[in-house]
Amino acid sequence: MLTWYLVLLPLVGAQISWVIPDNRKRPFVLPVFALVHLALTVALVIQTPPPSPGGWIYLDPLGKLVLLCNSILFAVCAFYAVGYLGYRHRRPNRILCLALLVCLSAMTLVTISQHLGLLWIALEATTLAMAPLVYFNRNARSIEATWKYLLICSVGIAIALLGIFFLAYSTIVANQEVSLVMSSLIADAANLHAGWRHAAFIFLLVGFGTKMGLAPLHTWKPDAYGEAPGLVGALLAGGLVNCALLALLRVYQIAAASTEALLFQQVLLAMGLVSMAFAAVFMARQSDFKRMLAYSSVEHVGIIAVALGIGKGALFGALLHMMNNALTKGVLFLSSGNIHRAYNSKSTQYVRGALTRTPWSGALFLAAFLAITGSPPFAPFVSEFMIVSSAFGQGNHVTGGLFLFFLALIFIGMASTVLPLVMGKIPEDIERTPYRDAVPTVLPPLVLMAVVLVLGLWIPAPLQAIITEAAGLLGGGR
Amino acid sequence: MSSLADQLLVLCLLINFAVLGTSRLAFSVRAVALQGVLLGVLPALVHPFSWHLALIVVSIMAVKGAVIPALIINAIKRAEIQREFVPFIGYIPSLVLGALLTSLAFIFAAKLPLAPEHAGLLVVPASLATLMSGFLVLMGRRKAISQVIGYLLMENGIFIFGLLLADAMPVMVEAGALLDLLVGVFVMGIVINHISREFSTLDTSRLSALREE
Repeated sequence: MLTWYLVLLPLVGAQISWVIPDNRKRPFVLPVFALVHLALTVALVIQTPPPSPGGWIYLDPLGKLVLLCNSILFAVCAFYAVGYLGYRHRRPNRILCLALLVCLSAMTLVTISQHLGLLWIALEATTLAMAPLVYFNRNARSIEATWKYLLICSVGIAIALLGIFFLAYSTIVANQEVSLVMSSLIADAANLHAGWRHAAFIFLLVGFGTKMGLAPLHTWKPDAYGEAPGLVGALLAGGLVNCALLALLRVYQIAAASTEALLFQQVLLAMGLVSMAFAAVFMARQSDFKRMLAYSSVEHVGIIAVALGIGKGALFGALLHMMNNALTKGVLFLSSGNIHRAYNSKSTQYVRGALTRTPWSGALFLAAFLAITGSPPFAPFVSEFMIVSSAFGQGNHVTGGLFLFFLALIFIGMASTVLPLVMGKIPEDIERTPYRDAVPTVLPPLVLMAVVLVLGLWIPAPLQAIITEAAGLLGGGR
Repeated sequence: MSSLADQLLVLCLLINFAVLGTSRLAFSVRAVALQGVLLGVLPALVHPFSWHLALIVVSIMAVKGAVIPALIINAIKRAEIQREFVPFIGYIPSLVLGALLTSLAFIFAAKLPLAPEHAGLLVVPASLATLMSGFLVLMGRRKAISQVIGYLLMENGIFIFGLLLADAMPVMVEAGALLDLLVGVFVMGIVINHISREFSTLDTSRLSALREE
């Protein structure tokens, strides 16, 4: 029952935010509900209720990880939103607040649903709830981004629905009780009809891969991430990506329990490496720093896909990286939003010397850049190291070598954009906007950055236990 | 009974070609709506009567036959456009490609065996062919409204396949999927209005500010 409150609570918040007439007071609804959501989440993670009758709703370790991550990220973004919307108080924010909370509700439903049909509905709902958020700036560029995002993701997710139908039909053909509940699908995975199951995996991979932004299905990503406000970018890159990834992990669970695990892993490995290659090419000489972050997101879903493809020991690294990537992307997008405000531009031609103009945001952006490219002592270093060492440990030298090569290329490409942006000299002809670094817009990313740092030095034992359990779920019958 | 169902599926395939071959947007919308209504009738022919089924049939027909077409026709009126002028893929090539994809769908479907109770139905090839036709419309046309029509055609294709699962899918999931589709088209309609206001055209090839240099 408590699990349902977690889904319904943000919807109540959405209604309240709709009713409040005042533009300045409305954003305060966000942190209130985010904190209650976070508290409930922690309570549920510690004391997990048993599966609902029929097994539709259950918070398993995989769901716990994504839920925890989403809830933390949303809470940080909610506090940031109060500060951010304070700067933009003339712009109506009723739809923004409403859509943010609806999206939180849908993201929560994704994490707790064990029925693939329900999972699909929730995932499609996250896509739709995000569309008005991408369009927040209401100009020609953002409408273009919104259209691409909406159409490509809707089509992708529709293909995934067909994949789910195929999976359901493979149970009928195999003369079993038809079911889309995870536990029974995993139990019967090896007996499902091979042809249908095969087709289902392809459709599901393409569908969820589009929503995750795995290359070559990532074309909507740079536009949507580039045009959305910083806090929406953070939720897209941290929250939505992980929801789509969770859907893919559900498929992975079934694949791992069937005889087709190896093929599925090889496809993931290939797509992951292609994503990293795409990111490496487009990251270099990128003149828009928010688009650069989008390619960094493509890179990191690629890294996770590679880790899933390697399997075994890398699975722990994959799940840890899923969390690290989401949290670090949060810092990157929020601080880049601040820098964007301070310069009123996101072109690297004009934005230089951010450390002088916005010392806190500039420093955070720099630190998060170091973290995301895998520099110690931050958390992504730990997870990436686990993945690489597992690749070499399993004798997969080509994958490990390519992985390191792309990481190096991406580091150089990203550094050539980030370093001048942060450290360069401020161009004289660029005027100063009223934005100054202040507590409401700096403290939230600062807290998140601290979490990324701590996770790099020390993973708390309960978290370690959850990740180990979750990696065990992906291990399947091996 | 199932021969009638097959005839309806053939009709659905013909509607795909009607959409592929026309430039008139309102006609395409009505054709897709008709296809949606036909799909609503199909479950009643394939499966024995139940209240669950009746609910699905009525809601599919209402949403796909009335609400969604009304939303799109409304958008067409407000944008004051009637036709797709210069598509990326012309009408004749579209038809040829459509025929090619339809035959491919039949070949592909032959590899996927049906359960005994569904043997002999055209469901799988019709579903795949409609999906691919939708994809073709989506890729080959410039106007935002045409792209929505392509998306709806794809959704219809998926719904055809859902027929085989009608008694397996819980009502809540069916209703949720339908609601998602409805909200999706509603949001797309709003975005289309904003596109036509911002660019004074619905030509999505003008949406090209965000290109990689």
